[in-house]
Amino acid sequence: MLRPFEIHQPESVEAASALVGRYGDDAAFYAGGTELLLVMKEGLVRYRHLVDLKTIPALGALDYDAASGLLRIGGTVTHRALERHPTVRERFPIVAEVERLVANVRVRNVGTIGGNLCFAEPHADPGTLFLTFDAEVELVGTRGARTVPIGAFFTGAYETARQPDEVLTAVRLREGGPQTRWAYMKFGIHERPTLGVAVALTLDAERRGIEDVRIAVGCVGPVPARVPAAEALLRGAPLAEADGPLERAAQVAAEGADAVDDLHGSAEYKVEMVKVFMRRAFRAAAARFQ
Amino acid sequence: MEAQGASARPVVEISLTVNGRPHTLAVEPRETLLDLLRMRLGLTGAKLSCDVQVCGACTVLVDGLPVSACTYLAYEARGRQVLTIEGLADGEGLHPLQQAFIDHAAFQCGYCTPGMILAAKALLDEIPRPTTDEIKHYLRGNICRCTGYKKILEAVLAAAETMASRHG
Repeated sequence: MLRPFEIHQPESVEAASALVGRYGDDAAFYAGGTELLLVMKEGLVRYRHLVDLKTIPALGALDYDAASGLLRIGGTVTHRALERHPTVRERFPIVAEVERLVANVRVRNVGTIGGNLCFAEPHADPGTLFLTFDAEVELVGTRGARTVPIGAFFTGAYETARQPDEVLTAVRLREGGPQTRWAYMKFGIHERPTLGVAVALTLDAERRGIEDVRIAVGCVGPVPARVPAAEALLRGAPLAEADGPLERAAQVAAEGADAVDDLHGSAEYKVEMVKVFMRRAFRAAAARFQ
Repeated sequence: MEAQGASARPVVEISLTVNGRPHTLAVEPRETLLDLLRMRLGLTGAKLSCDVQVCGACTVLVDGLPVSACTYLAYEARGRQVLTIEGLADGEGLHPLQQAFIDHAAFQCGYCTPGMILAAKALLDEIPRPTTDEIKHYLRGNICRCTGYKKILEAVLAAAETMASRHG
């Protein structure tokens, strides 16, 4: 059972931030509650004040700017809203595809993208995918606003660069060009994913050579992370002869993965699976050019 | 929504509609929708089981969307429409999903059934004629340990057909 707490309904980000600033360790931001209420029920954390971010209308906005190709996802946008939004499905199909497979429909109806990123549970999907978009995270706190690249946002298991009084107001993704395709592959034996690999593959104008590739591996270690050494092995290679570089890149990604032993499996097993799923995800992205 | 005195437990007043009936209640922010339904309104169809949003036994619909009432604050239902299994039948007439679950023997112990039927209702409201894969995808968060799921799939497909024929 949950221990007693008070709920606050700020109408602005500034007011929300000030409340957490005032109550300090005794307060937490509250959005969907799909993660927070679980750890509160378990007694792992105790807050006497929850600051509801859903009473701030601006945080629920989802905007796409066709001129810049930027999608701005408000912090309290739910997984299900992302999954079903027509613009997301049309312009960012990989985002809708990945969101459709997050947890179950009840969690997706309630859980928010901001909550998901800020909770930084290692066994999650969106962060890994967003790394391949070079997404930017907007934070607003009592000391002002700042933007953090997603690669610098996750700092440890359940830890991020967000200061306690900072609200994640939005995450921004830039649309891929006509020569970029995404793929995300995951597998798991429990409710949460054991492993997730995201690949963004960009080919040259003739679609023969790999102009750029971004690869991120999530869930196996404390934080989702890009694997630059693996990306470098593939960049510039002809797509038709990518098997050799892909094999080496998968090996490098596996060695670089900071895999840990947990209930999902041994580190040794996960390293092996990183190789398998990185190859599959790369080939899935390449197949989307056909 | 402030605390009523420094030592008293915080209370908020909420108005919500449950199965078509309006209620105004004082709730503690920590109170879950499941506790409110079961303990205060006597609606025991939704069940507590895993308590971590995995099993679906506590599924109810809030404004038509399935949620896990075990991990959903009653506070969140303020101003909203809640539907539980008790509100699904039309008087003595069972909802087509309820009838289909009986006709296809889609339950045994029955513990998961209220949640399973409500999740299926939300699916059919969204996709009136779902494919088997769409049903599997939508219901993957509702766990049944008795039926093996085949009969549940058959029941949902049959209910979809009944409902489609009724609506022309």
